[in-house]
Amino acid sequence: MKKRILPLVLALTLLLLSACGNASAPAAAPTAESQPAPEETAAPNDTAAPEETAESVQTQKTERAAANELTVGIAQDFDSLDPDYMTAAGTKEILFNVFEGLVKPTSAGDIVPAVASEVVKSDDGLSYTFTLREGVKFHNGNPVTMDDLVYSIERRWNSEDTAALLAALSVIDHLDHDDKTLTITLSEPSNEFLAAVMNAYIIPAGYTDQETAPVGTGPYRFVSRSVQDSLVLERFADYWGTPANIEKVTFKILENAEGLVLGLQSGALDLVAHMSSDQTIQLSEGDFTIAQGSMNLVQALYLNNAEKPFDDVRVRQALCYAVDKQAVIDLAFDGYGIPLGTSMFPSFSKYYDESLTDYYTCDVEKAKSLLAEAGYPDGFEMTITVPSNYTPHVNTATVLVELLREVGIKATIQPVDWSTWLDEVYSKRNYQSTVTGVSSDNMTARKLLERFGTTTGNNFTNYSNEEYDEILAQALRETDDAKQTELYRALEKNLTENAANVYLQDMADLVALRAGLTGLTFYPIYVLDVSTLSWE
Amino acid sequence: MKRKMNGYLLAGIGITGIVLLFALIGIFWTPYLPTAMKYGRFQPPSLQHIFGTDNFGRDIFSRVLKGSGTTLAIALSTVSIGAVIGTLVGAVTGYFGGRIDDVLMRLNDALTAFPSFLLALLIVSLVGPGKKYSVVLALGLVFIPSFARVMRTEFASLRNRNYVTRARLMGAKTGWILFVHLLPNTIRVLLPAFTIGFNNAVLAEASMSFLGIGVTPPDASLGYMLSEAQGMLKAGPWYAVSTGCTIVLLIFGVGLIGEGLQILSREVS
Amino acid sequence: MNGTIQIICKRIFLLLVTMILVSFLTFAAFELVSGDPARTMLGTEATEEQVIALRHQLGLDRSFFVRYFSWLLGFFSGNLGMSYSYRQGVWDLISTKLYLSLWLSLMSFCIITAVSIPLGIWSYRFTGWFADWPRTTINQMCMALPPFFTGILVSWGFGIVLRFFTPGDFPGFQKDIAGSLRHLFFGALCLSIPRIAMTVRMLRATVISEMNKAYVRTAISRGNDRKSVLVRHVLKNSMVSVVTFLGQTLAELVGAGIVVEQVLGLPGLGRFLVASISHRDYPVVQAIVVILAFWVVLAGTLADLINQAIDPRLRLETGKLGGQA
Repeated sequence: MKKRILPLVLALTLLLLSACGNASAPAAAPTAESQPAPEETAAPNDTAAPEETAESVQTQKTERAAANELTVGIAQDFDSLDPDYMTAAGTKEILFNVFEGLVKPTSAGDIVPAVASEVVKSDDGLSYTFTLREGVKFHNGNPVTMDDLVYSIERRWNSEDTAALLAALSVIDHLDHDDKTLTITLSEPSNEFLAAVMNAYIIPAGYTDQETAPVGTGPYRFVSRSVQDSLVLERFADYWGTPANIEKVTFKILENAEGLVLGLQSGALDLVAHMSSDQTIQLSEGDFTIAQGSMNLVQALYLNNAEKPFDDVRVRQALCYAVDKQAVIDLAFDGYGIPLGTSMFPSFSKYYDESLTDYYTCDVEKAKSLLAEAGYPDGFEMTITVPSNYTPHVNTATVLVELLREVGIKATIQPVDWSTWLDEVYSKRNYQSTVTGVSSDNMTARKLLERFGTTTGNNFTNYSNEEYDEILAQALRETDDAKQTELYRALEKNLTENAANVYLQDMADLVALRAGLTGLTFYPIYVLDVSTLSWE
Repeated sequence: MKRKMNGYLLAGIGITGIVLLFALIGIFWTPYLPTAMKYGRFQPPSLQHIFGTDNFGRDIFSRVLKGSGTTLAIALSTVSIGAVIGTLVGAVTGYFGGRIDDVLMRLNDALTAFPSFLLALLIVSLVGPGKKYSVVLALGLVFIPSFARVMRTEFASLRNRNYVTRARLMGAKTGWILFVHLLPNTIRVLLPAFTIGFNNAVLAEASMSFLGIGVTPPDASLGYMLSEAQGMLKAGPWYAVSTGCTIVLLIFGVGLIGEGLQILSREVS
Repeated sequence: MNGTIQIICKRIFLLLVTMILVSFLTFAAFELVSGDPARTMLGTEATEEQVIALRHQLGLDRSFFVRYFSWLLGFFSGNLGMSYSYRQGVWDLISTKLYLSLWLSLMSFCIITAVSIPLGIWSYRFTGWFADWPRTTINQMCMALPPFFTGILVSWGFGIVLRFFTPGDFPGFQKDIAGSLRHLFFGALCLSIPRIAMTVRMLRATVISEMNKAYVRTAISRGNDRKSVLVRHVLKNSMVSVVTFLGQTLAELVGAGIVVEQVLGLPGLGRFLVASISHRDYPVVQAIVVILAFWVVLAGTLADLINQAIDPRLRLETGKLGGQA
């Protein structure tokens, strides 16, 4: 009585709404087409291309294109290459090309079988049976065996080394396996279980050199790494799926924004993602195309709901009325970005409630009267803590200070480095407000909403609302997808109505590609898939 | 001779005066609110906005007025911390030599090797984040070693001069010898060290801003503005030009004053 | 002979003291700076229990002195420990970066010395305001440009327009030594420009003040050639402060490359240091700081030795000449 559920469009995934007519997401939501036409930036390129460089850039390009190679510029170094320990979003983003789980995401937001050829879910939702795909090989040439699967899952679920554990796998009760199939039994049903399995990458059992010589099953295999300098990947010839197009991909680390632009201009780099509009303006039009996707994160002025004066809902609402989202997007992001009104972004179309975006329309008078009602007729002083190495967040905070001044709130920015931010703001919750972006690394809405439960460990905003906690508990128990969706939508509404945070936008992801490079695919999670890229 | 010295000094005072005037005006008045963002992004210089507007649509001229003051204040206080403590250390180590020299110079070396980025983080942690003077403290400490080394060599080469030995024999107190007899004679080294230090302080503040630990936005310093402007050379070249020119003017002026004073001190001695 | 050995022994002792001192200061600084290495390693996804477990695993829950002495013990037995964020041996990580930074700073130092000393002496001749203003202007302009700006101008001018090198494409020493050195040369150039200007200023100022001294005037009035006086006496006497200054420059160069390394994409020590401080990767930071201390002491010692050779009055070592009055 088991029902085949894959390949299937999983409930939690975002259907691509080419037809949905989502008016607020003009071209910015990832589209279902595997090769969205790179879109030119609307920004005016007022200066002509520096002609003297065009010729030599052209030669360089063709050289690399002829060799079918690619160089990608990235703004931060990788941390650990061991899939059990990598935590930096930037590392996961690239190593997506090297590692795969039993299942993997598609650009449309579905979860499809990868190292497993078939996934079967039992009717009670308590057990999942994965069939090992025939002929999958590791990059070291060895075939993937059941031992490897069991080892890979157990390492992330039930290992001595707590740093390797994936919290989302804790619902596993026990594993059973024979030569061909692995059955995972859960202690309680979970709609998000496959999303968790997706992030438990399959690695060779007992292999200990992942740090220096990572071995996975993905379309690219690791060649070399030089810390703070570069990472080289090569096409894996024995890949089980659609092989990648480009032979060799080098990732060059250049922390400096201007360094990246210079690298593109000089011909050293072919592709840079996550650029600002100010950076893309510097590139000459003929040599590059700018593709626009979305970062799939909720950028907001997150408020410490336990801290005065933000423990008063009226104050939080006043802030929401005071902040003009579009002004933030226009001034700090040159107009690129999709305004948001709650902890959900348009890629998760099923859950995304667009009407919440305009719940608070910018209204200075209303904000002032709410403040007066709350006992702050003359405003108050507040600090916005921002991670100083993230220029977009610093710029957002700069605009916010200006917008809040209009209603009499004197905000000051407190730039701190990332480690301090993690420690003081995220762990110790010792802050008043902060600008950051919250994302979902496993394509589930749960990840975005669960963190606002009173007792959730990573509820860094200290949001505490009885109604919310009740709906959340209900939603997490719910196995019926449609009902769960309704409950998630109710949670979003709760966050908006109680003005948990001042929601701003889903930031745009601008990617510069050298002319002739096509096939860029945007995913609803933070990954850069180089396997679909090709030179014309 | 007199005429030449006036050339440097007058030109220096004149040029520094412009920036100083900017700073002074900035304290009391700016044509627009320097943080207001309602003038349109990247407007080229015009009669309304003589330096144009920046990426947030703020009036650059108003920000230059404010930023000059911040930069002057940071640079001057930084160099002063470095010069005063550095000279003290240099005087003691150079004059006495021996143990005390060993101990202090080891500390000095340790401070040189200590990464200034970490020092800045440390001071921010100690005085609490967001305090405006944390940059000054961090940079001030960074500038001690260079002053100490230069002054140490200078005091060491002066301590055996006849007039010092004579003063010592006449029973002059050591402090008196150090600061009344010797210090004025080190001026030929101290002055250029001070102007170079001032110069370095402006640049170091800019680099700190570049690494994200300088002044706090929306406040402005010239270095911070220049580090912002370098990413917008195409969208708003006037931003880099106006802030860059102000920095050049400031450093140029102070350099000239230094040169002029040097000539003056030479004539006096 | 005995004295020389004694001096060398003392220098080595002082070197050790400095390295221990600086490592202790760094360790203490990390104790005070906010940010938890375990939390930084695990990121936002980890639970508090995971962070605590990792702290224990890394030994971060031991007391300050226990941690420091175990580090010191490791250091003296040649073990620099493991990097937190890379989970690799520290020495393997920094050795190539050290190599690059040494090249970068030595190149830069050679450029500074080779250009600024002749320029400083030559420029002394222009003493009048009118003769001197072009030099002063150029000099001041060079001093006024922040390193990141010089980096961008050099990359743009020499890299993109003239195509002498490709910004953002450092080939690496294993692959292409000549290409790497050429790339490094432009990095060294960025580092050198403001320092050349400063050294020229410094040298010129001392030469002029020395030329105005009584003994020079006497020498010239006795009919000595101005040039020979300059070379024989003035330069020698001016050199002391210049050598000190250059020693200081050499000491600072290794750590000063951060910004230039970032803009030109050079995988050097400075950039690695800043990244490791941001990650709270103490073992790496400790190792780099100790290397920097070694370098600083070496540069200082060299400057002292050269100065003592120029001017024997400067022998501070023995302490006999100190003012014991």
